[in-house]
Amino acid sequence: MEFVLPEYSLRIMSPEIFLFIWALVIITYDVVTKRKNGSSTGYLALLGLMITGLLLAFSGKGVGFGSMFYNDNTSIFFKIIFLGAAFMAIGSSFGITTNKIVNHRGEFYGLMLLSTVGMMFLASSNELLSLYIGLELTTIPLFVLAAFFKDNKLSVEAGIKYFIIGAFSSALLLYGISFLYGMSGTTDIVQMKINLAITHLTFQNIGVILILAIVMLVAGIGFKLGLPPFHQWVPDVYEGAPTPVAAFLSVGSKAAGLIAFAKIFVNGLYAFHSPDLSPNDWGILVAIIAVLAMIIGNTVAIRQTNIKRMLGYSAIAQAGYIMIGVVAMNKLGMSSMGFYMFAYMFANMGAFAVVALVEDKTGSCEISNYSGLSKTSPMLSGIFAVFLLSLAGIPPLAGFLAKYYVFAAGIQAAQSSPSLSWMYWVVGIGLLTTVFALYYYANVIKQMYFSKEASPYTIKFSVPSLTVLFIGLAGVIILGLIPEPIISFTSDFANSFGLIP
Amino acid sequence: MLLSSLIFIPILGMIVVMLMPKGSDKAVKWTATLISAIPMIVSFWITWDYFTNFAHSSAMAYVEGPFSWISTLNVQYYLGVDGISVPMLFLTGLLSTISLMASFGIKTRVKEYFAFFLLLEAGMMGVFVSLDFFLFYVFWEIMLVPMYFLIGIWGGPRKEYAAIKFFLYTLFGSIFMLVAILILYFTSEPHTLNMMTLIETSPNLTHTLQMVCFIFFFVAFAIKVPVWPFHTWLPDAHVEAPTAVSVILAGVLLKMGTYAMLRVSWPMFPSALRELSFWIAVLGVIGIIYGALVSMAQKDLKKLVAYSSVSHMGYCMLALGAFSSVTAMAGVMFQMVSHGLITGALFLLVGVLYDRAHTREIAAFGGLGAHLPIYTGVMVLFGMAALGLPGMSGFVSEFMIFVGAFGALNKVLVGISVLGVVLGAAYILRMIQNIFLGEFDSAKWGGLTDINARELATVIPLGILTLVIGIYPKPLEILMSATLQNLVNLMAR
Repeated sequence: MEFVLPEYSLRIMSPEIFLFIWALVIITYDVVTKRKNGSSTGYLALLGLMITGLLLAFSGKGVGFGSMFYNDNTSIFFKIIFLGAAFMAIGSSFGITTNKIVNHRGEFYGLMLLSTVGMMFLASSNELLSLYIGLELTTIPLFVLAAFFKDNKLSVEAGIKYFIIGAFSSALLLYGISFLYGMSGTTDIVQMKINLAITHLTFQNIGVILILAIVMLVAGIGFKLGLPPFHQWVPDVYEGAPTPVAAFLSVGSKAAGLIAFAKIFVNGLYAFHSPDLSPNDWGILVAIIAVLAMIIGNTVAIRQTNIKRMLGYSAIAQAGYIMIGVVAMNKLGMSSMGFYMFAYMFANMGAFAVVALVEDKTGSCEISNYSGLSKTSPMLSGIFAVFLLSLAGIPPLAGFLAKYYVFAAGIQAAQSSPSLSWMYWVVGIGLLTTVFALYYYANVIKQMYFSKEASPYTIKFSVPSLTVLFIGLAGVIILGLIPEPIISFTSDFANSFGLIP
Repeated sequence: MLLSSLIFIPILGMIVVMLMPKGSDKAVKWTATLISAIPMIVSFWITWDYFTNFAHSSAMAYVEGPFSWISTLNVQYYLGVDGISVPMLFLTGLLSTISLMASFGIKTRVKEYFAFFLLLEAGMMGVFVSLDFFLFYVFWEIMLVPMYFLIGIWGGPRKEYAAIKFFLYTLFGSIFMLVAILILYFTSEPHTLNMMTLIETSPNLTHTLQMVCFIFFFVAFAIKVPVWPFHTWLPDAHVEAPTAVSVILAGVLLKMGTYAMLRVSWPMFPSALRELSFWIAVLGVIGIIYGALVSMAQKDLKKLVAYSSVSHMGYCMLALGAFSSVTAMAGVMFQMVSHGLITGALFLLVGVLYDRAHTREIAAFGGLGAHLPIYTGVMVLFGMAALGLPGMSGFVSEFMIFVGAFGALNKVLVGISVLGVVLGAAYILRMIQNIFLGEFDSAKWGGLTDINARELATVIPLGILTLVIGIYPKPLEILMSATLQNLVNLMAR
């Protein structure tokens, strides 16, 4: 067969191509200027992300490279999340990078952009192998970034831990993919769905292998998403990694895992969700994992004294909430998954930006450092409180609407068929755990506001971190009050996953 | 526009207050109070206009919307008021301004205090005018945030514990409401969150579903009221909260629970209501007796008033159990208004004494009557109102509740509840006796000054209203009779 490379394929891939080149340019620039360029490397990286965003807006939708590369509403939306997360992570990194990694700015920003390229590639791929490659391109730069403070024991530990776990989970994922390939004879996700159904009808007993494949895949992606029982690495890595990297991990990497999960499971294995086709219902398995995530994340977070560890456990819990939307597998569910991730990006990146600023000033991430901060830095405390309340799901902030949306999807699924009535329990437990969640978020607010003594620290802003804080704040408030534009964008996500909307 | 202004003027005020420069404490206090006077005047005007033009029918007045807010989720911006929300708006407007006036003594972090207070007012107004479940829920929750800060920053010694307990307890209740709202949304066809539509259609739900939703809503609302055994957050919050916050808590927040029952769950699930009404009344009676008994045992004056709230809200629950009687329903509304006025005033007066004496221990005082004549007079007046002396609003409401409940409920149960009046007299009179009569310790309390003009100005309007409603309750009754009749018809479906 003659292989033609149509022009429009390059066009829809232009954001990725540009960002990839830009990452290399930044590394080169840093070397050429003999690392004496101040923070201009960082600004260059931000500029690159903005140009990529523009390219994304103009590149349009379409299919390219056979059917391997899709650009539809879902992938564009997730790419915006990746770009936004990278933008906010880099913006909040200025204070830290000037202090500690002044000699390695090029690598830091270059790797950050490369990881973003991987995520964007992954969001567009519609084929198991390219999806796997995207995932690898996402995580390998992150291994390095996690260990970036090479003379800091915790950072190195974080890097090693993340590397071992990441490599292990990638192997599991690949093994799972090989099973799917063995059963369906294709790596194209849409074709795989059809072939699997045919195989299933012909040979009735592909069940065992399918279960094996599902378990491998759930474990592989579960590691990336930080879902229990594969979550142990999350708090350790968040604690040790540079704060902007932890922030990027918590949003970018999570969104990447989420989209990979949705592509493989909702699109590829959808047929096996309904019990009359197969007893191997992965929905219940994932629902149990989501419930575990919400319970473990929200209860263990209460005990944390380090704010990055606390946010790590909170990230585990938030992943659990998002999975409710995925398991619901209806139009609302897919839409809520996107909306949740978007709302989470603003609140979480904003919160980590505050943590980075405070860490830079006080030298540690203990929650007790925040005591009395509202008296010396009222604006920072106020903004941080808004982020925390949004993460806790208090209206009218974006986090509330996101939770409402996810739970609504869960209830709808529960009512749609008696075989899904267990979704009531998932939603019920999810709601109950939000009460626990409020406790630890409010605890930080308590430290900032209720203490009688003023904090010894006054936190100063740099322009980029102030920008990040305001982007986060605006996102959290506007998304909560005027969500309609975003929701109308996300509401056709079900199409991308082969669901009838 | 009128109803929206009740919500958005305080929010605007909050922004204005936050933008004011540092160190302008006095200006902040005046700005906030004057801004809150605007919704107060609007709410007064609405009350008057509703009374003259709309009270004859049960239809919603001043309706705004429904405008689509989030069309994918069918969330609407939909406001309106009827005979049960208008008195609540009146109470909220009045008590908010009075509380702000009573907050002039706040010395630390003045700007934040007044900003949070205005946000609180916006939330309360929002709850009483929303006719869309999503909107209702949003306002219901928004309030928790300023309340958390107001108790946590300006509260007493155990403020942190009290603040988080209040926050978590109420949120715990709200999640039940959220599930019920979602169930209602997805069972309605076409899906809607419009309360008015849902009230019409929801009796068609299966009995099980009605029971589930009714109980879920009940838990959420009962925590707010608070109904025994969900009351444990209340004494903590009241004792630790600053005076003005206690006033709002007792005067408005507690009413939200009973208001929401009348607005939402009672007319919406009549068959569940029929099955459970007896038990609701039982909870009410337990609350009446328990609250009164615990009040008698209190050594702290503020705690005494706090537990008396549990007892007084118990009357509301008893009457809510007698859902077939219009008199009982009117009794609920009268009790809500009257408790808001009387207990609000009592908390203000406790605050006046505490500001001077720095203690609230009843046993520490004695013989203040001769030394502080005006203060004593006012306190005794409101004490009498609280124990249900004829001629005051408390008597009217309790009388209506007993008359209504006696015809509709188990007579033994109502008989037991009347004991609450006796117990109420006991704890109020004991308190008056210990504080104002007996030996005066001039060495210790000789320096106490009498209530000043500003403080008097905060309680006088409440006193006048208590007396007016007590002597001539007719206008208030006319205001809400059509709405209540309609509600009773809906509950009888």
